[in-house]
Amino acid sequence: MTIRAEHEIHRRRLGRNLGVGLTLAAFILVVFGLTVAKVSQLGERGAFAHAPPGAMGQ
Amino acid sequence: MTDIRITGIPKEAGFGDYVALLKPRVMSLVVFTALVGLLVAPVTVHPMIALTGILFIALGAGASGALNMWWDEDIDRVMKRTRNRPVPSGTVAPGEALGIGLALSGIAVVMLGLATNLFAAGLLAFTIFFYAVVYSMWLKRTTPQNIVIGGAAGAFPPMIGWAVATGGVSVESLFMFALIFMWTPPHFWSLALFMKSDYSDAGVPMLTVTHGRPVTRTHVLAYSLLLAPLAVAGAFTGIGGPLYLATTLALNGWLLVGAVRIWRRDEAEAEADRYRVEKGFFRFSLYYLFLHFGAILAEAALKPYGLGGW
Repeated sequence: MTIRAEHEIHRRRLGRNLGVGLTLAAFILVVFGLTVAKVSQLGERGAFAHAPPGAMGQ
Repeated sequence: MTDIRITGIPKEAGFGDYVALLKPRVMSLVVFTALVGLLVAPVTVHPMIALTGILFIALGAGASGALNMWWDEDIDRVMKRTRNRPVPSGTVAPGEALGIGLALSGIAVVMLGLATNLFAAGLLAFTIFFYAVVYSMWLKRTTPQNIVIGGAAGAFPPMIGWAVATGGVSVESLFMFALIFMWTPPHFWSLALFMKSDYSDAGVPMLTVTHGRPVTRTHVLAYSLLLAPLAVAGAFTGIGGPLYLATTLALNGWLLVGAVRIWRRDEAEAEADRYRVEKGFFRFSLYYLFLHFGAILAEAALKPYGLGGW
């Protein structure tokens, strides 16, 4: 039997690492998209409503 | 030259095994019912927030599935239906399943709270607790009513979806909860009828094991008789309408016919045709739930055109 550098276990590990990597990337995208959505909603609701009158114009 | 044989390499899990740990088939039902709960609520949710909400409800459901698999490893190893799951098959270590379950539960609850509201997050946390602790650790091994009470865990997702949109509970969300809650017993008991020795081998006090099959057949009928009027009554809540009414009348007529057929059969008859009626009823019960929620969704989708609802 020859010793092969590539074993089935290596393929599994690669698949697992890719899966975890892609999941983390997707999580980052979700958090980013969520942040954009939340901030845009703040804008709609008047995020600067607490500012004194005229403060936004200066 | 002498061959070198390496033995005893432990099974190493691939990414798919970790996905299987989260019970993706159960997750798909959770996603669907939670999505319906969210979409039919009378409050519009930003699409990204809705997507995030559903994603983390699904993740929470998956996490509770992993915790269940960790706890039930001994049972799952015995039952034919479950022995190929990642933990009993030895692909994923029990401790790893526990770690993943706990970590994902935390992430799902915190993220749902940040993305939507604390009420929805609290409800998700309670659902995970209910499934992992109340059902898996306590009821499943102690009472034949395990799936009746445990069914609540599967009934919460549309309520969480509704809570994501509204931040609270209503008659409509309670109705969706009750629909799944009452549907669970006949669904699982019809499965138990044709799973033969699986549950008794594993020592799970399923109704078929503790009270016998004839009693289980009567219970399928009794719970179907309770489910049918409840499902029809939903037509007259804020999420019902003529389309839902027509759908639920047809489905419940079929449900009752199936339940009566199951009730009238004995084991000799069922053995003779290899549990054809029981298997058919089980399959139908999946469509039953899917079509009820589909009709609820259709009512909401038709409302903007003046067609949905009463």
